[in-house]
Amino acid sequence: MPEAASLPVDAPRPPRKLYRSSDGRWLGGVARGLAGHLGLPVVWVRLVFAGLFMADGLGALLYAAFWFFVPLGVGGVGDQKPPSLVGAETAPDGRRRLVARKPDRGQIVALLLMVVVAMVFVGSVNLGSAAKAYLLPAVLVAAGVALVWRQADNARRARWAEVGRRRHTLTLLRAAGGVLLVTAGVSAIFVLQGSAAHLGAVLQAALAVLVGITLLAGPYLVRMTQDLSEERLMRIRAQERAEVAAHVHDSVLHTLTLIQRNAESPNEVRRLARAQERDLRTWLYRPEGTGKDEDEEPDTVAEAVRSSAAEVEDKHGVPIEVVIVGDCPLDEKTGAQMQAAREAMVNAAKYGGEGGAVQVYAEVEGRTVFVSVRDRGPGFDLDSIPADRMGVRESIIGRMERNGGTARLRAVPGGGTEVELEMERAEKTS
Amino acid sequence: MNDATEANGTAEAAEAAGSGGPADRGEGARHVRVVLVDDHRMFRAGVQAEIGQTGTTGVEVVGEAGDVDQAVTVITATRPEVVLLDVHLPGGGGVEVLRRCAALTADPERPVRFLALSVSDAAEDVIGVIRGGARGYVTKTITGTDLVDSIFRVQEGDAVFSPRLAGFVLDAFASTDAPPVDEDLDRLTQREREVLRLIARGYAYKEIAKQLFISVKTVESHVSAVLRKLQLSNRHELTRWATARRLV
Repeated sequence: MPEAASLPVDAPRPPRKLYRSSDGRWLGGVARGLAGHLGLPVVWVRLVFAGLFMADGLGALLYAAFWFFVPLGVGGVGDQKPPSLVGAETAPDGRRRLVARKPDRGQIVALLLMVVVAMVFVGSVNLGSAAKAYLLPAVLVAAGVALVWRQADNARRARWAEVGRRRHTLTLLRAAGGVLLVTAGVSAIFVLQGSAAHLGAVLQAALAVLVGITLLAGPYLVRMTQDLSEERLMRIRAQERAEVAAHVHDSVLHTLTLIQRNAESPNEVRRLARAQERDLRTWLYRPEGTGKDEDEEPDTVAEAVRSSAAEVEDKHGVPIEVVIVGDCPLDEKTGAQMQAAREAMVNAAKYGGEGGAVQVYAEVEGRTVFVSVRDRGPGFDLDSIPADRMGVRESIIGRMERNGGTARLRAVPGGGTEVELEMERAEKTS
Repeated sequence: MNDATEANGTAEAAEAAGSGGPADRGEGARHVRVVLVDDHRMFRAGVQAEIGQTGTTGVEVVGEAGDVDQAVTVITATRPEVVLLDVHLPGGGGVEVLRRCAALTADPERPVRFLALSVSDAAEDVIGVIRGGARGYVTKTITGTDLVDSIFRVQEGDAVFSPRLAGFVLDAFASTDAPPVDEDLDRLTQREREVLRLIARGYAYKEIAKQLFISVKTVESHVSAVLRKLQLSNRHELTRWATARRLV
């Protein structure tokens, strides 16, 4: 390429890496990328390419080489308008902005332009008539290849830029168009060579070969794509997990700091440590996919019991042990039961907390949901409930009975109080 | 979570006095040789300090190990009566230790018995070590007194169920549509279920006995029966523990 020197490509490389620009590009983003890389207006670069194109098509070759070898990237020239409209001027050297979201029209225009320029070029070029005949097919082939490459670029870009996925059919159409163009060009070359008589046979043979290759390579290709997508999924998962881990570590550090600061008040220290332990356990031992933040609205019995226990634990500083067997979605009746259970936990923590941990047991067995809350406090005589414990009657017993369940309060033989709440689940509506 | 709650423990300690428990042989008389297997040296030191005062607790720590290979070596060399076994260990976990010491566990003369100890809440871990041959499971937050009690309970061949373990077992034996492979092993009796429920609700053995009008010995035999079923049943819910919670 004698003219290659005229392009300031061999200039001492700045630290910037040469990328093809992925936005605002016209065809392959080569001109924009180069312009950005060299610090020149993009028009100049395009003009140079266009000029070189007139010089026996060298520009096209150069452009193609750049397109092929330079990776797609972000960057290029900085004077970008927000991609909102397509300003398509019909001059090949004009500034044309192709919108990332609607490149299809732009590309067709670009292609037409290419064809126009090619026509001009073909008309102006001085070649032997024999060679000249081959020019059109060659241009066709080039156009097809360009179309397909452009498509590949898009596919790659869609991977790391948040570009709205285009419709699948369009992608296919474009690829098919490229293939068609290439085929047409190649066929034309055949025809020109005078082997038109054999064209049918040749095409058949070619088709057979293609089918054979597809059959052979197909499984590998499919597996490769599957592996790739699986790997990507894994990577995304790992990233998410790492983020959560970072968050957890952060809150652990935070808690440890607070514990050191509050070293004087054992209750506060206990509460902090307990809350942090709960967080960590939730994160470690929750089956995947059911991980929920404590501040989210629970929608199953197990979640509701756990979140209530956590709240009460934090508020009253009494450890609450929770054991849950089975689970079911919450409905109106069990929702009321959960409210009552929460009230029972508050009571147990308030009045029986000094006896040690409060034990909560919830069980879903068939249609029955059973919750027991027990403390080992001094216990109390149900007949002589002091005024401030009227809440028990209303918010626990009353609530359960209004919703068709039962509540039982009793003193445990070993000391302490136990509240048993039993509720039949609402009939399935589904 | 502090599984064997302090309250639970104190009650059990209290009940031990009148239940034909270890205390019946007199405080000074009871003695047990123990090996600690845990990969956290700090934890081992803590346990050693807390229960290793042989004069007062009757527990004699005869060896320690920090990974699976060490554990097998130490246990084989010292032949303790009870091994406190951490569920998570480098080299294959507690389950691997159990597997490689199976012969010692089955020895009719001087069986080595295992008590699993863990911070884990993962059902598959807990059920895994029990099925591997451990005779009980307690969390590391257990108090010294309770731990000593549990150790003697295991030494006698009884099972030690924390409320959490009871919950897991109830979950594992939950009624399913799958027909049982072995009627004797794959189902819990009504009585066993009641006992487990009360354990899960934080009752001590003595309280359970009162509640169900049976003796503490009977409670213990129910629990041991459950342990046996847990270890021998081939129900797929047990062999391949489903991590997802049972949605009825």
